[in-house]
Formats: sequence, C-alpha cells, structure tokens
Amino acid sequence: MTLIIAITIFVLAMFVGLEIITKVPVLLHTPLMSGSNAISGIILVGAIVGAGAGGTLGAIVGTLAVAAATVNVVGGFAVTDRMLRMFRRKGK
Amino acid sequence: MSMWNRFVETMSSLSALNFVYLVSAVLFIFALKRLSSPRTARTGNLLGALGMLLAVIVTLMSQQIISFTWVIVGLVIGTIVGASLALAVKMTAMPQMVGLLNGFGGLASAMVVIWEFYRHRLVGDEHVFAVIAAITSLIGWVTFSGSMVAFAKLQDLLSSRPIQFPLHRVVNVLLMLASVTLVVVVGVYPAYQWVLIVLIVLSLGLGVSLVIPIGGADMPVVISLLNSYSGLAASAAGFLLGNPGLIIAGALVGASGIVLTRLMCKAMNRSLLNVLFGGFGTVAPSEKGEAKTVRRYTLEDVQIAVEEAQEIVIIPGYGLAAAQAQYAVRELADYLEQKGAKVRFAIHPVAGRMPGHMNVLLAEADVPYDHLLDLDAGNREIEHADVVVVVGANDVVNPLALTDKQSPIYGMPIFDVRRVDTVIISKRSLAAGFSGIDNPLFYQDNTMMIFGDSKDTFTSLVSMMKES
Repeated sequence: MTLIIAITIFVLAMFVGLEIITKVPVLLHTPLMSGSNAISGIILVGAIVGAGAGGTLGAIVGTLAVAAATVNVVGGFAVTDRMLRMFRRKGK
Repeated sequence: MSMWNRFVETMSSLSALNFVYLVSAVLFIFALKRLSSPRTARTGNLLGALGMLLAVIVTLMSQQIISFTWVIVGLVIGTIVGASLALAVKMTAMPQMVGLLNGFGGLASAMVVIWEFYRHRLVGDEHVFAVIAAITSLIGWVTFSGSMVAFAKLQDLLSSRPIQFPLHRVVNVLLMLASVTLVVVVGVYPAYQWVLIVLIVLSLGLGVSLVIPIGGADMPVVISLLNSYSGLAASAAGFLLGNPGLIIAGALVGASGIVLTRLMCKAMNRSLLNVLFGGFGTVAPSEKGEAKTVRRYTLEDVQIAVEEAQEIVIIPGYGLAAAQAQYAVRELADYLEQKGAKVRFAIHPVAGRMPGHMNVLLAEADVPYDHLLDLDAGNREIEHADVVVVVGANDVVNPLALTDKQSPIYGMPIFDVRRVDTVIISKRSLAAGFSGIDNPLFYQDNTMMIFGDSKDTFTSLVSMMKES
C-alpha cells in the first residue's frame, strides 16, 4: 500500500466518521465513547502479529500490547452493552 | 502497461486478510450508525463486537503467527481484566472507566510501534517508515500517560483541582516543540534507533504535563480528546503496518472524539486551547466580604411546593453522581407522576464528568429516556414549569452566564430558571461551584436552598410525602 493510498483511506474514513457521529444523540454519548473505545482496540490485530512472531522483543512488547488491547476490546464492548440494556422507553 | 492491467495487478495484490479487515471496518461503521437511536444501539454494539471477533480470528489463522503461547497469555489476561472491569464498574464511575480504556488503547498502539521499529536493523533510508513510527509513538504514549492522570483525578487518587507548577505553560510548549523536533530527527536519521526511546520518555512527560493542570469540571473535554487520540494512535499504527482496516477503524474513533470535544467546548463557550491551557477554577472566589443571606428552608416547605406543582423539571449535575442520588431522585419523580404531575429531566451537555454521564445514571435508575431532555428541549420545558429542582448542579444554572460580561462563564449556554415560580436547590453546602463563581440564583426570593447530602434529602422527602 503506497502512502498516498493510505492517506486517502484515512481522510475518507474521517469524513465518514464525522458524518455518522454527528447523528448520535446526546443521550448516548457515554456508550458512544465506550463503544468507540472498543473499536480502537482493533490495534489488537497488530499486537497479535507481534506477540506471535516468536522473538524476545515480540514476546515482551507483543504480549503487553495484546493484553492492553484485549482489555479495551472486551471491557469496551461489555460495558457498552451493560449501559445500552438500561435505556428504555416509558411503559417498556 | 495499460491502465487496465495495472488495475488488475493492484486488485489481485489485495490479500484475503485485508479483505476481511475491510468487512470488519464496515461492521464498525454500521455499529456507530445504529447508535443514532437507543432502539437500535444495542444490536449495533453487537455488530461491532462481531467485526472485532472476525478480525481477530483471521489474524490468528494467518501464516504470520508462528507461536501462539504469548498471544494466548495476552488474550487471557486481557479478557479477565476487561470483563471484570466491565461487570464491576459502577455507572457513577464510568468516566474513570473510559479514561482507563483510552489509556490502554494508546498503550497497545505504542507497544506495537516498539516492536515494528526495533525488529528491523534500520540502515538509514527508511524515512517515511520512521516518521510514521515516531508520530504513532508520540500519540500513543501521550494518550497513555494523559489518560492515567485523568483516571487518577477522576478516581480521586489525585486532586481534581487544577495542579500547576511554576512556568507550567512554558514547560508544556517546550515539551511539545521538543517532541516535534524529535519526530523529525527520527525521520531524518532512522538508523539512530535510540532517539525513539528519548521521544517515548518525552511523550510520557508531555501527557502528564498536559492533563495535570486541568480541573474536574473540564474533564468532559479531556476525556473526549483522549478518546480521539486513542483512535488516531490506532489509525497511525495502521499506516505503519500497512493495514487499511486499522486506518479506517482508528479514523472513525478519532472523528468521534473530535465531534465530542467540539460539542463539549461549545457547551462551555470556550475554545479547546482555553480548556487545555486555562487552568480554569484556580481563581479564588471573589467578594468574600459582601454579606449575602440565603434563606434556609425545611423539607416541609419543599414538600408543599412540589406537591402543588403541575410541571416539574429536575436539573442534575455532578453532585447527583457524587451523592449516588439517582435512585432517590427517580423515586421522587415516580411519586409526583403518580399524583398526576409531569416530571422531566433537563441535562446540560457538560453536566457530570463525561459526555452523557447523567443520561446513563438516570437510565440506570430506570428513568425512561424520553423523559431526558437536552439543552434546547430542557429550556423549552422550563419556560412553563412551576417548579425546578436542581440536584448537585451549579454553573449550568448560573444566570451570570447570561448577564455578567466580566464573568468567566459569560456566554456559556445554561438552563435559564430565573422566571420559574419556585426553584429548589439541593446542594451539599453554600460553597461556590467548580468555577469558583458565586451564583446569584441562590439569593433569589423564589429560591429554596436545601443543604445536605442529596440522596438523604430526597429519600426523606419522598417518605414524608408518602406518609402524609
């Protein structure tokens, strides 16, 4: 992937992000933050490659990275679900 | 080579792995889109989790993984810690939780950079690679150390008051300039791999120094900004690893944090720079000598006022969370609604310590979400309310924001309750709000001040009303 393609992807994704996030109501801003946190845990895929490459450096920083990113992913999605379950309309 | 041949060649070089990452990114976009309504949000979150699972599974199946031992160790530790945090955290402590998660995201990206950068013996012509590594590292470590300070402040491990040392702003500017310079140095001389270590140390210091002077009430801005950084760090790591899925997912989160940061700044009528460098709340409350009297009321007075009211608006603030008063306040609302009154909650965007904090607390206490009003709807409701009950909020109802051009909060959008027949304010003490600014509302004739713990106040009020 050349740098210019990477930048193109980044810029377009930023615009998509700005468009959809603007439509999230104030009501759901806390679950938005915890949910988007879980999404930024996608760095987990990079961390797994590091930890699985078999070398001392990868084993040390890779394992730490996998653990930190997994906290983000599991904690983020689980706590978001816990919050979203609580929102209900009158009379259920 | 013709354009078409070149196109075909590019297309076939797209690996199956990257295709699955793209599917994951699309699922993340759907997840965020479904957050536009509380009815679809929960399935949206599950779609996001599915996207993540997919990405992890194909990565584990790829040939890049030689040894699974450390991968599994990391996954197991992370799952145990993440799941226990998510199950145990109280809704009042959600700002700390999000702060902590931001930090872990930054840490993971920063660690991935270390591995990418040091596994090669760089010869000196990898300028683009080195610059991207340096930028990712800078964002990642600043996010990590900044988030840890924000967590410590929110958890009361550090004072939530602004902490400033002499020449703090100068130090911050110097640290920033030094960091940018080092990014350039790493880019120009990639072979000197130790320079990245210096940058890491500097980034850690910068994160601490940037967040430590920011006070509790400005935390919604800081948490949103760090949320954005954690996404941008992941996106930058995507550049480094040549992974478009990572670039997209990170950019979405980066954009989300930017939107929230802008909303929070607007709700305080302050610029981002003012929040980051302002040291707001360090000014000592002025005019102490001027003696103003507050009329103290009893719960009986409050009881009479609320029982007669037809329309009641409740305005919660951080004090509601601090006193864990959400259930007691919900009981009051339920009781009044049973008696035929209309009760609504007006929630200011910066009430609490993070965006949406009050909404989550009240949803936890089983208040229906269609009773939670935002700034505009809240003000419309207040126009024809008989009684307004302010619970642990101060600056968001301070009329000086509308009247006093000299006031630091002038221009901040507030709930204007000056013309309501009766304003009941439940507050721990007469101490000024976070901003250190006195509130003339407290001395108005139509205001009833009730001092003490909000939870106790409303619990006693409801039991009094039920007995009579």
